[in-house]
This record gives sequence, structure tokens and C-alpha cells, in this order.
Amino acid sequence: MADFLLELRCEEVPARMQAGARADLERLFRAELSAAGVTPGAITVWSTPRRLALIARDFPTQTQAVSEETKGPPLGASDQALEGFLRKVGLTKDQLQVRDLKGKGTYFAVVEKPGRAVNEVLAEAIPAIIRAFPWPKSMRWGAASLSTESLRWVRPLSSIIAILGEDLIECEIERIHSGYATMGHRFHHPGEITIGSAHDYADKLRACHVLVDHEERQDLIRERARAAASAAGLTLVEDEGLVIENAGLTEWPVPLLGRFDEAFLDVPPEVIQLTARVNQKYFVCEDAAGKLANAFVCTANIEAVDGGEAIVAGNRKVLAARLSDARFFWEQDLKTPLAQQAKKLERITFHEKLGTVADKVERVAKLAEWLASEGIVPNCDPALARQAAELCKADLVTEMVGEFPELQGLMGGYYARAEGLDPQVADAIRDHYKPVGQGDDVPTAPVTVAVSLADKLDTIGVFFAIDEKPTGSKDPFALRRSALGAISLILQNGLRFNFPFAFIIPLIDVGLAIAAADVKASYGGALKGLGSLSTTLDKFESAIESIRVEIEPALRLRADDVKANAIKQVSQISEFFADRLKVQQRDAGVRYDIIDSVEDNDLVRLLARVHALQAFIASPDGANLLAGYKRAANILKKEQFEPGAANPSPEPAEKALIDALALAGPKAGSAVGAEDFAGAMAALASLRGPIDAFFESVTVNDADPAKRAARLELLDAFRRAVHNVADFSKIEG
Amino acid sequence: MANTAAPLSFQDMILTLHSFWSARGCLILQPYDMRMGAGTFHPATTLRALGPEPWNAAYVQPSRRPTDGRYGENPNRLQHYYQYQVILKPNPPNLQELYLESLVAIGIDPLAHDIRFVEDDWESPTLGAWGLGWEVWCDGMEVTQLTYFQQVGGYDCKPVAGELTYGLERLAMYLQRKDRYHDLAFNSPDSPLGAASYGDVFLANEQQMSKYNFEIADTDALFAGFKAAEAECMRCLDADIPLAAYDQAIEASHLFNLLQARGVISVQERASYIGRVRDLAKGSCEKWIAVNSDRWAAEYDGWSA
Repeated sequence: MADFLLELRCEEVPARMQAGARADLERLFRAELSAAGVTPGAITVWSTPRRLALIARDFPTQTQAVSEETKGPPLGASDQALEGFLRKVGLTKDQLQVRDLKGKGTYFAVVEKPGRAVNEVLAEAIPAIIRAFPWPKSMRWGAASLSTESLRWVRPLSSIIAILGEDLIECEIERIHSGYATMGHRFHHPGEITIGSAHDYADKLRACHVLVDHEERQDLIRERARAAASAAGLTLVEDEGLVIENAGLTEWPVPLLGRFDEAFLDVPPEVIQLTARVNQKYFVCEDAAGKLANAFVCTANIEAVDGGEAIVAGNRKVLAARLSDARFFWEQDLKTPLAQQAKKLERITFHEKLGTVADKVERVAKLAEWLASEGIVPNCDPALARQAAELCKADLVTEMVGEFPELQGLMGGYYARAEGLDPQVADAIRDHYKPVGQGDDVPTAPVTVAVSLADKLDTIGVFFAIDEKPTGSKDPFALRRSALGAISLILQNGLRFNFPFAFIIPLIDVGLAIAAADVKASYGGALKGLGSLSTTLDKFESAIESIRVEIEPALRLRADDVKANAIKQVSQISEFFADRLKVQQRDAGVRYDIIDSVEDNDLVRLLARVHALQAFIASPDGANLLAGYKRAANILKKEQFEPGAANPSPEPAEKALIDALALAGPKAGSAVGAEDFAGAMAALASLRGPIDAFFESVTVNDADPAKRAARLELLDAFRRAVHNVADFSKIEG
Repeated sequence: MANTAAPLSFQDMILTLHSFWSARGCLILQPYDMRMGAGTFHPATTLRALGPEPWNAAYVQPSRRPTDGRYGENPNRLQHYYQYQVILKPNPPNLQELYLESLVAIGIDPLAHDIRFVEDDWESPTLGAWGLGWEVWCDGMEVTQLTYFQQVGGYDCKPVAGELTYGLERLAMYLQRKDRYHDLAFNSPDSPLGAASYGDVFLANEQQMSKYNFEIADTDALFAGFKAAEAECMRCLDADIPLAAYDQAIEASHLFNLLQARGVISVQERASYIGRVRDLAKGSCEKWIAVNSDRWAAEYDGWSA
């Protein structure tokens, strides 16, 4: 047993790739070795920007002997078959064994592979691992790259250490021979260093200013960055992504705190934080009141001769230039009102078939206004909803969002507030992309809800209109996410409406716009001088009138198509939403089959029914009733029955069921109507006893056809009564 | 190399880099005499990066980015600035170390300043070129781009060339501890004929050229010029003179940049113009390979594009 060390040293590996590279190295190493019959024990993998290291402890020096058995043809098989087999296993006939297999003599080839020295295995495995390394992006380099067959790697590979115990594993790839030598820190220790074994590797590197264990560097950055902030009387804004990135950029991390000009704090704090993080990989700090402070923490890769003074000064200058740019964008953007910015959206294509972003904005505005004026979003001023929707995408053309796309919405909110627009409008612009994922805050402010919901309904509707629906793993326009967002908005805010109907607006709008564009293209001549054909229905009608003679038939046809298509899409969208609802409710423990059993185009009511029903089904009454229902449904499925038949002389249990149904049926129906779902369930529960007793003592399949028909009819009546509440046939169990 | 107390002036920094790279075997070329957006456009990089022959050259290239103009008012942004470009084909194994030595030569102490290689892959859609490498940070400031060229003009680089692009004004601002490019010492303060700042030399340029780029340039003439360059490039390609064709690609690229600065190219048109410039550049590269490939294949056994 010995410990094995592998170091692959190369020019700076991108920080973002190091975690993946560590996992890949371990995986490839295990795979290569287990193929050779070696099972490595504990493996440690480390990375710095300049090296990947793997240490395998307690490594066997000899592989296990393996006996490989291959079954061959039966005795008496054709010579051809036998020869083929001998070729395959590389043996001669007299080396084969004959064994009895299900009473038949069969050839077997048994090849004993003796154990090999592990150093041979490793010498083959290392080049294979290097060649198989799945870097996200790789390159060729140097003189060898005269051929495109030369090794590809993330950056030029510089050296290989491979030591088993204290012995060198000799291997070579692309003229790099394995050895004992590596390099220390680029600047603190520029010369070569010699490693003796896995045991002294980390310590020797540490002595040469390299902390090879990435977790140690991460811990150090976390602690010292915190300490630097608190020494300045501030609190570090924790950022685990930055910790990992900085650890991936340094071999000897030294966090240093610097200050920037307080005047930059006029710029929104999110912008400062983003600039510092994305462009410079700096942490930011907060003061005691939790406000962003004029301080940053950068992570240097050296123990500077002057204690870091020059480094901090340099970084401060760079950040100042970045913040000047950000302030320039901020001030520039403030000069142009959002309404004016929104006009520029006419030049941005939303989708080739769906027109510009300005077209989308107009549809969203119309829908948001409708949601408000119909009272679907309660207490929402329709004019504010329209205004907020009209401006919600305007920040996409601002300088700041051009620079930092992730600030979309947020910047619009700032600019709206700075312009003095109604705070409800500013908030709606800021938050209308929400909720972005499960767990994100769901807006509750009415204007925000209207705009956010309209935006999502529009996106879903128009992509369905042009048949760009999500399929399988493909959802290029993130319609599933939009649907989840819309469902959260509707449920969280208790928005009561026939939601599939809301899609009619964008579907018709887009359908007519596309139809108008098509007709305009086909009848360009006839339309000359008329100006553009409007997409709103009333103007559309008058336009039809004025050019009736020329193109009325074509337009009528298209308008009918649009209507028919819209209706078709609405039903597809309903199904799509039902699926999304199941996904969304899964975590809350709501059963998908119960969602399937309830049909309701009001999502809030649907979910209330589902909740009541799921609770009911879980109760003994519910479970028994479901069993009774299934039994009734099975019988009905098998038998023919005449609707309307009645038994003039029912047995007592039969009579009891008839009476119970006469009460419970209407009661369940009216309770559902009154949204008293507990009441509806209670009404159903009252049927449990009678249906159980009915099955207990009454024979449905009576010899008398009239009785049989009447009893089948009775079961159907029972089924109809249950269907007042839900389609129990969809419920499992 | 000595880390002298007084930082190098702008011109001494260039002279130091020239002698540094000259001593390491580079041809010291002069700037290309055409308007271009970056040192990479110089045919000594674009065309010479193709083919098997070793090629080692260094030069300063004035670079014009019309949209970056700020009328001389922004302390960091210029529409005309200088890049120091080094191209080494094939890249030597110690490319990074050579580069770091050059920083020491111009006065950067790597134990006082934090120098880092941060992932930055380079791509030029107009040249059909890409490579992997880093931006080099000095105390958080990007001072150089280091790239291993993988493809140029859509062709694999065989072998790969290493390219260094130093941002001279940034490096000088850094070395001289100046916050505005205007204040850079262009020559030595004790120059016998008087000291000049970068602003003395270039401020008027920035002011006038920003005005020209954003307000004055005749867009009809630019559109016509673009078309003419495109046509001329094609004629040169037909005549098997890729170097002349490539000049026209450079011209078209700059005219496109000017049209962008004038704000007359829409988002949709932009992609199509970039595609047209790329076709010219790729066509020139293709022809460059075509006229040389027989010789290359003869001199470098088995070489093929």
C-alpha cells in the first residue's frame, strides 16, 4: 500500500471551471483504474488556478488477478462458429474448457489475467485521463499545434507530477514527461520545487506561497474579508459565489479593504454592488444601519512588500472609473423620461412573427387595464395599470440596463420614481418580472399584480398563437416559468376570474396582427394609401369596410381563422396550466389526480375544491365513498342501462339510497355553487352509508330486467351526484 | 530590469517595449497606415497568424473606436488610442513569463502589484476569429489581453499564435499614477525641448474627432464608401491579391464603425453589416491561404489548410 500523488500544472484555469475539473479528475481516475481492476480508496482532489492535484491514499501496488470467462458455442457447432470464437478470445481450441450448460456441452474460454504492477496501470491511465478531460472549452497551443490533432486542454499544460509512494510513475503526453518538479507561487517563489511524495506535497507548496487546498483558501477569504470589514467598523455583505471565484483566482489570497469616494453613493446601491462584484470581483460592505458603505474588499494574490497599499490604491482607481461609468449611465438615463425611452422599443424585435417589443407592451397594457377595470385585480386603478405596463419595458433601452441586463425592472423602478411618477407605477415597473422562480416573492400590490400577470399571460398566449409551445425538455421562451409565475400571482392574490378567457385578448390581437400583415403582403396594391392596418378590432372593422371590395373575402376568412384558432389555443393553454398547477402544487402535497378530477376555469376556486376534496378522500367516509363510486362506475361500464327507469317497489336499502340522493345531490350541487366545499363534502359523506348498505343487501343484476334497469339508473344517479363535486373516476385508489 | 524611481513617460514606455521584444527576436514593425479598431486588424497579425511559417513581430497600432469618443471629457475613454501588439507564432512555451518580464521592464514590481490572469476568451465576429486566454489584471485594472489564437478568418491556426495586446494609455496611467489620460507625461519632464502631456498632443484630436464621428461624418458618403470598399475587395480577390483585398476589408470595417457612431444602423441591420465585413475578411484570409498553400505544403511536410 502506498499513497499516490498526481499534479497537472497548467496556465491559469478559469475560476468557474475548477469545481467541475476536480469532479472530472476524480471520476476519470476512478473509471480508468477500476477498468484495470484497481479500486482506489479515499481520494482528495485540490485545485488552484495553476494546478489540479489528486491524492489517492492507501493505494495497492499490485492489481488484483482477474479471471475472465467467456461462453462460446456448444459442442458440435460449425467450424466457422468455433473459429470465430477462438479469434475473439485469442486462444486455441485445446485451451478451451468444455462445461455442461443445461445438459449441453459448451465451450468456455477462461483467461487468467495475473495482477499487474500498479505503476504500469497508472502510466497508461494518466495520459488517458488527460486526453479524456471534458473541459467546457479547450484549445491547442505551441509548436505541436502545427497539426490540429495535437492535445486539447483548457490552457497549455505545463508539467505532470505522478508519484506512487516515493517512486516516479513515468509517463509522457505531448512531450511533457512526468517528474518530481513543480512551481511555487508565480511571484513569491518563481523557481522550481521538488516534491518527494503525496505526504510533503501540500506542505512544500505552502512553504512556496501556494495553498493548494481550495477549501482552505475559501475559508481564509471568508474570514479575512469579514475581519477586514469589521476592522473598518463595517459588515461584509456575504457572497459565497465571490468567495469561490476569488479562491479560484489566487494561490495565496490576501483580502484587502479599500474605500471609494462617498459621492458615488448617489448611484443606486444595487448598481454599485453589481459593478463591484461582476466587473471587479470585490465584496461590498454595509454600515451599522445596513446601508451600503463606501468600501470594498478585493482579494490580492500576493503578500505585497508595502502591505498592500499600492494594490488598494490601484483597485480604488479602477473601481472609481467603473463607478464613474455607472454614474454617467445613471445621469444620462435620468435625462430621458421613460415614456420617451419606451418609443425606442419600436425598434427592438420581440420575435420575428410577433412584432416588436413596443407591440408586446401595447398588448400587455391593454390586458393589464382590462384586468383592473374588470375588477379581476381588485382595488387596481386601470389607468395606473395601463401606465405602468406602457413603461415597464422602457428600461431595456437605457444605458444602465444595456450594461447590466440583470438590473432590468429595478432600474425602470428607480427612473420612474426619479421622474416623480406614482409610486404604485414605479413599484409595478420594478417588480413586474416577479415571481421569477418558485420561492421568489410574489407581488401583492394591485398595479404590480396587474402588470406582472398581464405580461405573463401575454407571453404565454402569443407563443401559443404561433404554435411555439414547450415540448419535452424544450421551452425556449420559458413559457413554463411564465405559467408558474401567473399561477402564483393568481393564487396568492386570490384573483377570481375565468382565466382561460383572459388569453382571448392577446390571442386575437396577435392573430389579427399576423393576419393583417399577411393580407397586407398579399394585397399590397389594394392597401396602398390606406396606411397601416390597425390591430384593434374596431379600427380593423372600419379598415375592412373601406377596402371591402378588394380583400374582404380574404380578411373575413382570416378573421374567422383567428377566432377559431384562439378558441382552440385557449383549451390547449388550459391544459398547459393544469399541468403547471400540478407541478406547482406537488411540493405542497396536493395530489395531481385530485387536480385532474376537478374542472373549474377559476383557479382559486379550483384549488379550494381540490383541497376540500383531498381532505375528504383521506377521511374514512371519503375513502369508502370513493370505493363505492368505483364499484358503481365499474358496474355501469359493463352493463347497458336505460336512463329514466325506476323501480316501483324498491327494497329498503335501495329506497334509502334514493332518498339520500334526493337530498345529497342538490345539496352538493348548491354547496359547490355557493363555494361551500366543506358542505359539498358533507353532502357526499351522507351518501357513504346508503351506498355501502345498497351494495351490501341489494343485487343490481336482478333477474327482473325492470328492476335491474332501475338499479343501474340509481347507480348512475349516484355517480351524477358525486360528479357535482368532482369526477371521481380520475381519482386513484 | 531596473525599477527606476521616476516612472517611464508614454514614449519611453513604448521604446522600452520595443527594445524588450526586439531583444527577444521580434521584428519591430511600424503601425499600419489605415484606420482600424484594434492592433489585431493589422495584416501582420490577421494574415500572418495563418499558415505554418514562424512569425514574431511587435508594433504599436493606433486604434480607432468611434463610439468610445467622449469629446475629450471622459478621463478614461478615447476614440483614438494606442495598442502595443505582440504576435508570436508558434507561441513559445514561456509566453506568460516573457510577458511578465516585459511588465518588470516597464517598471511594474510584481511583489508590490497584484498581477492576475483572469479568464477572457477573445472573439472577433468581424474577423471570424477566436482564441482562449486571459485579460491580465494589474491591481484590478485590465492592462493586457493575452490570447492563444485558435481560428482566424474561419481557419484553424496551425500552429497557434500567441497574441499580447497591451493597452498603452492604461498602463501609462497606471505607471505614472495619473487619473486622467490628459495628464500623462508623453515625454520625459526634463526633455530638452520641453515637456508635453498626452492632452497637449491629443486633446484637440479627441474633441474634433468625437464631433466628426458623432455629428459630422456624411452618412451617405459612408454608406457609399462601404459599398465601394466591398466591391473593391471582391475585385482584388478575383485578381488573387489578398493583401490588397484585406485593406478593403479594414476600410469597410472602419466605415461600419463610423456608421454605428452616427447611429444610422438599426439593431437588425447591425448583424448583417458585421456579416458583410466578415465575408470580406474571411475572403481575404481564404485567398491568402490559397496563394500560399502550395509553398507551405512543400516546406512543411503534410501541412494543409
